[in-house]
Amino acid sequence: MPAEQPLVIVEKAKGALVIAAPDAAAIDLGLAPGLSLAEARARLSDLVVAEHDPAADDALVEAIADWCDRYTPLVARHGARGLMLDITGVAHLFKGEAALLDDLLTRLDGLGLTAFGAIAGAPATARALARSPRRTVVEPGREASAVRPLPITALGLDPARLQALARAGLKTVGDLIDRPRAPLAARFGADCVERLERLAGISEHPISPRRPVPVALAERIFFQPIALASDIEATLARLAADVASLLETRGEGGRSFEASFYRVDGDVRRITVATARPNRAPKAIARLFHEKLDALSDPLEAGFGFDLIRLGAFRTEPFVAAQASLDGHALDDEAVADLVDRLGARFGPERVLGFVPEDTHIPERRTRMVPVFTLGGEGRASWDELPAAGEPPLRPLSLFDPPEPVEALGEVPDGPPLSFRWRRVLHQVARAEGPERIAPEWWRDGAGGLDRDYFRVEDRKGCRFWLYREGFYAADRPQPRWFLHGLFA
Amino acid sequence: MSTAKATLSALRQRIAAIEATAEGAGDGLAVAGPGRIALDRDQVDAALGGGLVRGALHEIHAATGADNIAASGFSLALALAAAPAGRPIVWVRQDYAAQEGGGLHGDGLAALGLDPAALILVKLRDPLAVLRAGGEAARCGALGAVIVEPWGEPKALDLTVQRRFQLAAEASGVTVFLLRPGARPKPDGAETRWQVASGPAAPLAMNAPGHPTFDLTLLRHRHGPPGGPWRVEWNRDAKLFKPPALLRDPAAVPRLEPAAPPAERALFRLAG
Repeated sequence: MPAEQPLVIVEKAKGALVIAAPDAAAIDLGLAPGLSLAEARARLSDLVVAEHDPAADDALVEAIADWCDRYTPLVARHGARGLMLDITGVAHLFKGEAALLDDLLTRLDGLGLTAFGAIAGAPATARALARSPRRTVVEPGREASAVRPLPITALGLDPARLQALARAGLKTVGDLIDRPRAPLAARFGADCVERLERLAGISEHPISPRRPVPVALAERIFFQPIALASDIEATLARLAADVASLLETRGEGGRSFEASFYRVDGDVRRITVATARPNRAPKAIARLFHEKLDALSDPLEAGFGFDLIRLGAFRTEPFVAAQASLDGHALDDEAVADLVDRLGARFGPERVLGFVPEDTHIPERRTRMVPVFTLGGEGRASWDELPAAGEPPLRPLSLFDPPEPVEALGEVPDGPPLSFRWRRVLHQVARAEGPERIAPEWWRDGAGGLDRDYFRVEDRKGCRFWLYREGFYAADRPQPRWFLHGLFA
Repeated sequence: MSTAKATLSALRQRIAAIEATAEGAGDGLAVAGPGRIALDRDQVDAALGGGLVRGALHEIHAATGADNIAASGFSLALALAAAPAGRPIVWVRQDYAAQEGGGLHGDGLAALGLDPAALILVKLRDPLAVLRAGGEAARCGALGAVIVEPWGEPKALDLTVQRRFQLAAEASGVTVFLLRPGARPKPDGAETRWQVASGPAAPLAMNAPGHPTFDLTLLRHRHGPPGGPWRVEWNRDAKLFKPPALLRDPAAVPRLEPAAPPAERALFRLAG
């Protein structure tokens, strides 16, 4: 790589190209962000210029944030390029806070990234200290003294107020910290004091993690990265057992599980499965993941392998252990729920559907298809209108949506058709019943919809159809149209 | 499910079992033996040697493209006859079937006797997935019945797959119906193979179309000769096929098939 040639990233600002980020070589030569490209070119003729791509930057930071999940599940984005990790209670897994920070920064360095970091008891403190390459670790309770030497720019205030502070002779955080708060707030705003207190770790300001935090989590770290599908599934099975025992102590079962695969090169893959009812049977969970992995056309892309696999239960609900009733009904329900989960994991939950009745007369709106797993296994209500005994089917087994237009010939304007042509085949009507009038839902679709007169007809061959006429015959109206809406068995 | 509900359904199942044996013993012609599903307690059951074999693969073809809906209705009726009370039915359907013949309609399912809440519909794009999901469902012993509906003659559906269905059904006790719209009947590994066409229904009052009526042909029967054709009507309330009203009630005969040409009938209706 021609390291000697300075590189600048440029972006458009007010119609001109301006340097957004110079590289180290460019900074050494005196280029700074905000300088126009024309001026920089005038100073340095051999400048390499690249266009700023905020989306790519963002994607990179997101990827790094994903990767940081290996240290703690509580990772938050901070500004455009910052990441905040809540490492409460996890540092001992990495032999202490300093070791954790070293490990993290060294790994990032290994990935070719320049990163600074600091650890402190308050997020604002850590953030201010992370701007230096010193890898500071602030001991608990010493936040105030740690931020003392920092310049007031660490407060992150707007330039006007920074200038006001500087004019008052306040140059460092230390200058501010000892002063009484009330006059400071009166002169520079309450915001200034709040920022100061956060920076000194006096007031708490929680971070909001970018991803939900699992209720129960289990992980395996591998010294030798694994890549074989069989190894991965065996690992998932063991993790499922761990998560299940965690859930058991809580008396809960998981409704959604997520497996994260951390690749050696920093890439993270995530796979989620959902269940119809709270579940904590390790075998069932592992099987769902097996289905899902099996169904992926391009499986995990293990590359050089995964060095960390993690399984978390995200949504949990109280778990009621199935009790075998006399006829084994509860166990049957469970077996069906398991089947629904497996099919959902393999083919997608939106393809495993249940029927839910809607309170409407419009046939095409009457049946709503809902993923079965959202219905829950318990107490699914029966259909709201079951036919009376001895009644012939009044509604067709299958329904066309949209209805298919047909050419129909009727004998009387309001009567059933004598014959109709559907899909280029002429059907002679032998029997018919109707009309059954279904009016449009003006409260939903607005006025102006046409009434439909439905007829059940049977043709000479014995096929049964559901036809309707939209509107009626009248002198001042266009000819009504006929549609085939459904087929009876 | 609450214990009360479970107990109730268990008792219902027992009563249904007692009734089934009592009824079957009455006519003595065709008793649905153990492991058999009674279809009509008459000619069809007799030809099947005592009913349709439970926990096996049965294949259903439509006579023509226009009869696909009849084949669907017949499969559903068989599934209803096969499913013990309270057990869900899984219908695995290729999307193309719905594009061609319309999507399943909740009220229409109810009109054939299935509570739509007891149906799990698996809609899949390609036939391979349909067969896979069907195989998965066939292994689940808690289901009442499974209908597998791939469209046409997919390459993936060979003897091996059918054999697998048959074995899965035998192991789990779930009866599997392989519905074959757009396919021609071929020798294969199913227990029975049916050809179904829509039959003219015995008309109701005012010349209204009647109950679902099927013209059945038993193309293949592993344990006996093929049979049919039969014309049967599905009785939703008894979950049984019956001979059409035409044969049950001679009074309906003159009204059913008038020898008059259609024009005359039209005139008659116009006058009425």
